[in-house]
Amino acid sequence: MKLVFGEGSCGIAAGARKVRAAVEKLNADGAVEVGITGCIGMCYLEPIVDVYGEPGTYPPSEASAEGGSMRGGNGEPLLARLVRVQEKDAERIYKAAASGVLSGVKDLEISADDKEFLEKQTRIALRHCGLIDPEDIAAYEAVDGYKAIRKVLTMTPEDVIAEIKVSGLAGRGGAGFPTWFKWNAARNAKGDQKYLICNADEGDPGAFMDRAVIESDPHSLIEGMLIAAYAIGATKAFVYVRAEYPLAIVRLEKALAAAKKAGLLGENILGSGFSCDIRIKAGAGAFVCGEETALIESLEGNRGMPRLKPPFPAEKGYTQAPSNINNVETFANVAWIILNGGAAFAAMGTETSKGTKVFALTGKIKRGGLVEIPMGLTLRDVIFGIGGGIRDGGTFKAVQMGGPSGGCIPEHLLDTLIDYKALGATGAIMGSGGMVVMDSHTCMVNMARFFLDFTAKESCGKCVHCRIGTKRMHEILTRITEGKGREGDVELLQELCNGIKAGALCGLGQTAPNPVLTTIRYFRDEYDAHIREARCPAHECAVLKKFEIDPAKCKGCTMCAKKCPVGAISGEPKKPHAIDQSKCIKCGQCVATCKFGAVSVG
Amino acid sequence: MCANCEKSDLSLLTPVFEAFAGDDHALISILQKAQDIYGYLPTDVLYAIADKTGNSPAKVMGVATFYTQFRLKPVGKNLILLCKGTACHVNGADSIEKALVEELGVGDGETTDDGLFSIKTVACLGCCSLSPVMMINEDTYGSLTPAKAKDIVRKIREASK
Repeated sequence: MKLVFGEGSCGIAAGARKVRAAVEKLNADGAVEVGITGCIGMCYLEPIVDVYGEPGTYPPSEASAEGGSMRGGNGEPLLARLVRVQEKDAERIYKAAASGVLSGVKDLEISADDKEFLEKQTRIALRHCGLIDPEDIAAYEAVDGYKAIRKVLTMTPEDVIAEIKVSGLAGRGGAGFPTWFKWNAARNAKGDQKYLICNADEGDPGAFMDRAVIESDPHSLIEGMLIAAYAIGATKAFVYVRAEYPLAIVRLEKALAAAKKAGLLGENILGSGFSCDIRIKAGAGAFVCGEETALIESLEGNRGMPRLKPPFPAEKGYTQAPSNINNVETFANVAWIILNGGAAFAAMGTETSKGTKVFALTGKIKRGGLVEIPMGLTLRDVIFGIGGGIRDGGTFKAVQMGGPSGGCIPEHLLDTLIDYKALGATGAIMGSGGMVVMDSHTCMVNMARFFLDFTAKESCGKCVHCRIGTKRMHEILTRITEGKGREGDVELLQELCNGIKAGALCGLGQTAPNPVLTTIRYFRDEYDAHIREARCPAHECAVLKKFEIDPAKCKGCTMCAKKCPVGAISGEPKKPHAIDQSKCIKCGQCVATCKFGAVSVG
Repeated sequence: MCANCEKSDLSLLTPVFEAFAGDDHALISILQKAQDIYGYLPTDVLYAIADKTGNSPAKVMGVATFYTQFRLKPVGKNLILLCKGTACHVNGADSIEKALVEELGVGDGETTDDGLFSIKTVACLGCCSLSPVMMINEDTYGSLTPAKAKDIVRKIREASK
C-alpha cells in the first residue's frame, strides 16, 4: 500500500509534513510506500492522506469503486481518503497501511457529503492536482504528460492556433480575451526574437488557483507554455511568479530542470528543431504587475507601471519585441485541448464562455477550496451545491467575485450563470476566480473600504485619477464606517468612481471603483444606515457598535469588569453590571469574557 | 558617495553581480539576492548596486521602494507576515492584528525593541481556506483566533530566551 500526503501550501500549513515525518519515522524498514502530491483543492479538510492499493487491482469496497477522482495518477485504486489527520494519528495510519486493514482509520475517512465536493466538479486545468507527484516528471508522463507537445511538433503553428480557436479558450486571468487571438497576433507580428510570458503574479487577495496549479502540476504549465511558444514562434519564455509563493517557485524550478534533462526544454526539443527556454522571474510584490504592460516593465527591472496601449505587447512587449502573455490557468488547459480536441472543450459551457473555470471558494463557506466547474452553472450551484452553503449556520449575504477589480453579488442574483457576459451584467466580473462568500455579519460598506484601502496602496501612482481618487474614496468610506458620513457622500463616491473609470490608464484603475459601485447598487440601505443613523446593520464597524449588559442575564461575576482595559464596566459583585458608553472603546473583551451571554452587541 | 550610511560588507555582492553579469534587466533579481544576504537593503548596498548595474541611485531607490518585498530597515529575528487578504478580512484579520499589536507593542512595519519580532501586513498569502492566517518566517499558522495568535508569539518568545 502507498500513503500519499497532500503537500500543497495549504496542506503543509495545516500540518501535512509533520504527519508524514511521524509516519516515516515508524516506517524505517520501508514496509509502506510513502509519497507526496499537490493540492486536491479540499483545503477545508487538510491535511489529507490518500491510501492507494497496487496498480491494476480492484478496490475492495464498493464505496471507493467510483473511478474518476478515486483513482491515482497510475490508475491505482484509492482505497481510502483520510482527512484532517493529526500527528497523533500517525501510528494508526501507518499500522493500517502496513497491515492492509483499514478499519483502524475508519473514523478519519472522508464523509459521503464531503466526497460530493469533488464529484460535482469537472476538472481540466486541475486534472492532475492532488493525484500525481508534482516533483516527479515520470508521474506526469504516466498521465499522458508531454504527449500534447509531441503531437504539436508534428502540426503547423497555424493548426495549433486553429485548434485553440475551436476550443473557445479565453484568458483565465480575468479579462477573458480569446487566447487564439493573442497567439495569432504575436505569431503575425514582425520580429526576430519573440517572447512568451506566463503571468503567475496572482495578486488578487482571495485567489490561489494559479499557486495550486504550479505547486501541484508544474509540468502541465510547462507543456502548455511550450505549445504556445511553438505556436507563436517564441524561443524564450518567462514565468513571472509572486515572491509570496516560495513552494511554487521551488517546484517549478525542479520541474524545469527535469524537463530540460528529458530534452523537452532548451535547444532542439525532441529533435524537432524547435527550441525554447523557460526562466523563472520572481515578482517583488506589486498588485499592478498583474497588468500585462506593468508586468513587462517589472520583467525589465523597472518600477511596475503600466504602459499606454497600443502598441499592444503582441507588437512591442518585453524589450520592445513581440510578446504574448497568458495566465497560468489558461496554459494549464492547453495540453488537454490539444489531446482531446478543441471541440471537446467548447462542448462545455455557454454560448459566450467555453470550457471550465477554476474558483477559489473562501470566506464564510462550509467547504472552502478549489472548485473547477463547466461554465454555465449558477453561482448557487457552486456556493450551495459544492461549497455546502454558509458555515456556522449563518445566512448568505453576498459573494465577492474578481477581487479588488470585481464586485459583490447579492442573494437575489444567485441564479446568475457563470459566464463572462452574465457576470459582467451584475457589475462584478468573472475575474481570476476569487469567490469570497460573505454572511450577514459582513458589513458591505466596510468591505468596500477594505478594497479601496488595497487599491489606494497598490495604485502605481502614474494616473492622477487613480492615485488621488482611490485615496479620497478610501477617506470617504472610512468616515462612513466611523459614523461620520455626510449626506451626499454616496453621490460623491459615485462621481469619483466614474471619474476614475474614465481617467485611469490601466485595468487596476479602471476597475478599482467596482467594489464601491456594486455595494452601492445592491446595499444602498447599509450606506444610508451608516450615514443617517450612525448604525452598522452587520454590527461589524467597531466604532458604531454598542455593547450593553442584559441585567436579567448578568450574574455579577465581575469577570468583564476585570477584563475591561479602560475600566468602563462597573457594578457590585453578584449584582448586574453596566457599561459606561462614554468610556467604552468597543474592544469586545467583555463579550468574549462573559460566560452567561449577558453582553449584547447592537 | 554615501558619507553617513551603513558600512556593509560589499564584497558579499560580488557573486551576485557575477551571476547577473550582462543581464540588463536583472535589477529586481539583484535587489532580491541582496536582501537575502543582508536581511534588508542598506543604503550603501543600494549605491553599490546602482554603480555596478549602471543605473542612477534614484532609479535603484525607485525600484526598491515600489515593491512591497523590499525593506530599507533591518527586521526582527522573527518576521510576522499577517495576511489581510479578502478571505482573512471576512474571517477577522483585524482582530488578529489588534491582538498582535497588544502582545508586541508594535504595529505594522515596526520591530520590537528586543529585535525579536517585526510585524508586516500583506495582501494575501494564498492560504485562504485557513483564514485568518499569518506566517512567521517559514511557518504558516492558520485558523487563528486572537488568543491563539498571542499564544504562538509567546511560545516563540519563550523558546528564544
